[in-house]
Amino acid sequence: MIQLEKRPQPSRLFAYLTPLLAVLATFFFGGLLFAALGKDPVTSIMTIFWEPLFGEFSFYYRPQLLIKGAPLVLIAIGLSLGFKAGIWNIGAEGQYVMGALFGAGVGLAFYPAESVFIFPAMVLAGAFGGWAWAMIPAILKVKFGTNEILVSLMLVYVAEQFLASMSLGLLKNPEGFGFPGSRNLQQYASAHNAEIFAGSGMHWGVVAAMIAVIFAYVLLARHRLGFAVRVTGEAPRAARFSGVNPSRLILFCLGTSGLLAGLAGLFEVAGPAGQVSIDFNVGYGFTAIIVAFLGRLHPVGIVLAGLLMALTYIGGDIAQSQLGLPAAAIQVFQGMLLFFLLALDLLTNYRLRFGRAEAA
Amino acid sequence: MDLSVINPILLVAALMSAATPILLAATGELVVERAGVLNLGVEGMMIVGAICGFAIAVETGSPLTGFVAAAVGGAVLSLLFAFLTQVTLANQVASGLALTLFGLGLSALLGQGYVGVKPPRISDIGFGPLADIPVIGPILFSHDPILYFGIFLVAGVWAVLKFTRVGLILRAVGENHDAAHALGYKVVRIRTLAIMFGGACAGMGGAYISLIRVPQWTEGMTAGVGWIALALVVFASWKPWRVLLGAYLFGGITQLQLNLQGAGVAIPVEYLAMSPYVITIVVLVVLSADKSAAPGSLGRTFHASH
Repeated sequence: MIQLEKRPQPSRLFAYLTPLLAVLATFFFGGLLFAALGKDPVTSIMTIFWEPLFGEFSFYYRPQLLIKGAPLVLIAIGLSLGFKAGIWNIGAEGQYVMGALFGAGVGLAFYPAESVFIFPAMVLAGAFGGWAWAMIPAILKVKFGTNEILVSLMLVYVAEQFLASMSLGLLKNPEGFGFPGSRNLQQYASAHNAEIFAGSGMHWGVVAAMIAVIFAYVLLARHRLGFAVRVTGEAPRAARFSGVNPSRLILFCLGTSGLLAGLAGLFEVAGPAGQVSIDFNVGYGFTAIIVAFLGRLHPVGIVLAGLLMALTYIGGDIAQSQLGLPAAAIQVFQGMLLFFLLALDLLTNYRLRFGRAEAA
Repeated sequence: MDLSVINPILLVAALMSAATPILLAATGELVVERAGVLNLGVEGMMIVGAICGFAIAVETGSPLTGFVAAAVGGAVLSLLFAFLTQVTLANQVASGLALTLFGLGLSALLGQGYVGVKPPRISDIGFGPLADIPVIGPILFSHDPILYFGIFLVAGVWAVLKFTRVGLILRAVGENHDAAHALGYKVVRIRTLAIMFGGACAGMGGAYISLIRVPQWTEGMTAGVGWIALALVVFASWKPWRVLLGAYLFGGITQLQLNLQGAGVAIPVEYLAMSPYVITIVVLVVLSADKSAAPGSLGRTFHASH
C-alpha cells in the first residue's frame, strides 16, 4: 500500500523536477501512442524534438521557434498571474481574436495611407481589444459574482462568430474576388509586423513577450501587487486581512491577461498570419493554459515551457509531412503533458510512504 | 424574411431534440457536483463520447450499441480526471481543462477515418396512432428513444437524490466531505463513481449530437455544448428538474436561432449563431446572485489526513 503524507512545506526539488519528469513520461507514453499509430516511436520523437533544433533544415525551423513561442509566452504570462490568485481566465482564445480584430481593424481603416504611427496605433488597439473583452467576465464577477470560467469561455465562441462575421463582412478585402478574409497586412508596409532582423524570427511580438516576462518577474518578486496575487492564491482570507482588495485584483489579473492575449493576437495577425480570416487563430489561447502550468506559473518557467510547446508545433508539422503523423496526435501529446504534470505535482506537496499504514 | 415558415409545433418538437445533448451532460455533471467535485472536462468527455458512439454505431450498424459505447468512452475518459483529482489530489479546475484539451485531441485522432461517413439512423419509437394526435402527437410521441431516456434520467436522478440512502450519502459527501469521512463513508470511492456517471452521461450527450442531431462526424463538433451544460448546472441551482427546464430553454434558443436563419431574418447568421452563448452569459449573471444552493465542498480537494 502506498500512503500519502503531506509535506510540511512544498518540496523545492520536486517543484523543479516535476516538469522534467512530466516531459519524460510524455515522451514515453507519446512514443507508445505513435507506435500504436504504426510509426516508429524513436523516429517520431526525434523528428519532433531534434529535427527543428539540430536537423538539416534547422536554419529554417529555429526562427519559427520564436514566432510560435512568442504568442504562447505572452498569453501564458498573463494567465499565470490570474491562476496564481485563483482567478481563472480560460477565454484567452477569445481575447486573442478580439485583439487581432481591433488591431487589424485600425490598420485597415488607414489603408492605403503610410505613416509610422499606424503600427503603434494598431498595437494599442489590439491591447485594448483583448483588455476590453476580458473586462466583461471581470466586471460581471466583481459586480454580480458570476463565474469567470464559464463567462470567459462563452466569450470565446462569441469572439469566433465575430471573427467569421468580420472576415466575411466589414473587414473583407474589397479586391479579394469575393473570398473571405481581409487585405494582407504583410503587403501594407505601415501595418506589417515585420521581422526586426531578417530571417531571425524576431518580430515585435517577441519583444513584447520579453518585456512581459521581465514585467511579470519584477511584479511578482518585488511589487506589492505581486504579493497580493500570491497571497490571494495561497490564503484568500489572510489576503483580506492584509488589505488586498479582491475586486481590484480580479480587474487587474483579468485585464492584464486580456491585454497580453490581445497583443499576441495583433502581432500574429499583422505578422505571421497576415490577414483576418475565419481560421487564422490556431488555438494559442488554449495551448497557453498548458504553457502556464508547465512553466509552474513562473515567468522564467513559462519562457522555457513556451519554447517547448512551440517545438511540439514545429516538430509536429515536420512529423506530419515526413512521417504522415496526424496533426491531432500532437494535440493529444500536448494534452498528455498537462496530465502528467498535474499528476506528478503530487510529489511536490506530498511524500509517498511505502508499506502498510499504521492501524487507523 | 418570412416568419410564417416557422411552425411552432415543429419548433417545440425540435427544441426537445436540440436540448437532449445538453440535458444528458448537465444531468451527469449535476450528480458530480452534488458529490462535491467540479469537473470542467464535460466538453472533452462529450466529444470523445461523440466519436466513440459514432465509430461503434458505424462499425456495428447499431445506433444503440453506439450509445452504450459512448457512455463507456465518456466514463473511461472521466477516470483520468478521477485519478488526477481523487488519487493525485490535483487541482480540479486545471484537471478538468486538461481533460477537455486531451479529449479534443483524442477525438480528432480517433475520428480520422470517419469524416464524411453516414451513421446508421435510429428510428423513432413507434407510438402508433398516438403520434398522429394533432399538436400533442408531434411534441410528445414522435421522438427517438434516447430523448425519452434523457427525461427518465432526470426523473431518476431526482428520485435517487431525494428519496434514497445512496442519494443521501452522495449529498453528504458533497456538502461536507470531512463529516462524511468521519461517518465512515468512502469519500474517494463515492466521488469516483459519481465522476464516472457524469462521464457516461456526457459521452451519451456527445453521441446524441454525432448520431442524431447532426448525423455525421466533424472535429470539435460539440462546439461549446459541454460548457453550456456546465453553466446549466449553475442555472438549475443543482436541482434536476430545473436542469430539464433550462435545457429546454437553451434548446429553444438554439432551435429558434436556426429557424430564424432559415427564415432569412435580416440579422447576419453569425450574430444569430452567437446568441445561445450570449444568452447563457446573461442567464448566469441573473442567477449568480444566489450561490446558497451550491454543495458545500464543491471544488475542494479531499485527503483523509487533513
